[in-house]
Amino acid sequence: MDFFLQLLVNGVCVGLLYGISAMGFVMIFKASSVLNFAHGELLALGAFIFLSLITWGKIPVAAAFILTLAGCFLLGFIIERFFLRPLIGEKLIFVIMLTVGLAAMFKGLILLIWGGNLHTYPEFLPPSLEMQLGPIYIAPVYSATLVISIVFLILFGLFFKKSSQGIFMRSVADNQKAALSLGVHVRRVFALSWAIAAMVACMSGIVLGIINGVNVHDLSAIGLKVFPVVILGGLDSIGGAIIGGIIIGLLETFTGGYLSPSLRDVVPYIVLVVILMVKPYGLFGLVEIERV
Amino acid sequence: MGDILLQLNNISVVYSNVIQVLKGVSLSVERGHIVSLLGSNGAGKTTTLKAISGLLKPENGEVTDGNIIYNSVNIQNRAPEDITRQGIIQVLEGRQPFKYLTIEENLRVGTATRPGKPYKEDLEMVYHYFPALVKRKKALAGYCSGGELQMLVIGRALMAHPQLLMLDEPSLGLAPLVVQEIFRIIKKINEEHGTTIVLVEQNANMALQVAHYGYVMENGKIVMEGTSAELSDNPDVKEFYLGMAASGMAKSYKDVKSYRRRKRWL
Ligand SMILES: Nc1ncnc2c1ncn2[C@@H]1O[C@H](COP(=O)(O)OP(=O)(O)OP(=O)(O)O)[C@@H](O)[C@H]1O
Ligand SMILES: [Mg+2]
Repeated sequence: MDFFLQLLVNGVCVGLLYGISAMGFVMIFKASSVLNFAHGELLALGAFIFLSLITWGKIPVAAAFILTLAGCFLLGFIIERFFLRPLIGEKLIFVIMLTVGLAAMFKGLILLIWGGNLHTYPEFLPPSLEMQLGPIYIAPVYSATLVISIVFLILFGLFFKKSSQGIFMRSVADNQKAALSLGVHVRRVFALSWAIAAMVACMSGIVLGIINGVNVHDLSAIGLKVFPVVILGGLDSIGGAIIGGIIIGLLETFTGGYLSPSLRDVVPYIVLVVILMVKPYGLFGLVEIERV
Repeated sequence: MGDILLQLNNISVVYSNVIQVLKGVSLSVERGHIVSLLGSNGAGKTTTLKAISGLLKPENGEVTDGNIIYNSVNIQNRAPEDITRQGIIQVLEGRQPFKYLTIEENLRVGTATRPGKPYKEDLEMVYHYFPALVKRKKALAGYCSGGELQMLVIGRALMAHPQLLMLDEPSLGLAPLVVQEIFRIIKKINEEHGTTIVLVEQNANMALQVAHYGYVMENGKIVMEGTSAELSDNPDVKEFYLGMAASGMAKSYKDVKSYRRRKRWL
């Protein structure tokens, strides 16, 4: 029983990260219908930039974390401005191929600078973060993950529900023509969605790096996990992405714990295929409101 | 003629480089007036509005000839982000709410031309014109009735403080009483805010009641213009656009007949 609860907690923590990272992916898709195949590489890039800032740069951890997020936010803007914007109006397949190209480019860049080995962050989480809830022991990494994830979720909720920019972003995803007719700067919304997506990808990259170590192949493969997550959650639902992430996280940890660690990376894809056969729009895909 | 806010000089519009829809349309809109644009399906009314608002561009349409002068500036083929910021807001045909946003969030999108500025008073203003929206403000727009949605999209446009408001068939698919209510409010907005309004309508009867001046469009051309009184008295307009209302009895058989006769007239 204790083992079960332990796996449950770990699974939810990792799953939240998958969910948040998938949320970035969904955001780009909702705003501009682009599938970003460079998502995993952005994740890895974040983890490596953070690594360099704290080991080579000797910058305090909190500052390095914020600096990395800010840098990735900017990077997202730049990617949209220089690579995607010229393709607005072109066939979607070109844009998607472009993201595949970007993925290769980022991966090459990371291999060039940091190599393909496994790096680890120095121990910096204070042991005071560990928690003992009855029989469940929560290691510092997992409680940190939990805290960061919940803070992000709350911030995003507020951003999309309360702030004007957040509402404009949702309006573009909802009805682009109507948004244009009211003067919403649609290209700016695309750029912002890339910036935010890059930022949350980097955030997940850093935290996953703390949990599993930093390796370009592993991290970019985790980026691929957004596919089972968003398929599960529905490509167009941000809330669904979070739930999908948690389900995949749980599946993975339970498979790893009870069956075999070597199966844990396969199971999400098996689930993906099964779900696609039963519910092609995902479990939590938006139910189209039809009236008028 | 008084102070001209908007002038279209002989504009042609072509979609996808080949499909010519407007063939030399000229019209002018006096500041503070309501101008109606009447015409049958496919006449080019919506295209005319899109040429003005810049929304042709995303549909691969282009003003190939003539010019559009607004506040003494040439605005043809400018981007919609730019034109909306000059005070021209088009309310699209068929309502087009943001379905997954609440009524109030929909209204807030109307502030996109001046992000970060206060908007609370404007919300109050919209709720004052459309009290029916108040109790629905937390409801998703996708679940609102057609009448509520029409009020919503007009209200959403008002949030942008338009100088020129262009309404595309606001009466479409609404019950007669709701149509009357909407037109009463349109007139009120025009009188109280001095907002200049271009009104595209199939419901010529209602449009001519509120408008000061009107144009009739067929096949991408303006075929007739005049004050609302002149148009209402014109025998052709009476026949083809007011037919049902003038005779007072709307028989479906008569509809068919007058449609045939209009075809001959064109
Ligand atoms: N994006 C487009 N590409 C090609 N042709 C178009 C496009 N939009 C409209 N048209 C054509 O232009 C003509 C005029 O269309 P428009 O929508 O302006 O008419 P309308 O007067 O608004 O008609 P309705 O009363 O039915 O709304 C139609 O024949 C239509 O098929
Ligand atoms: Mg039309």
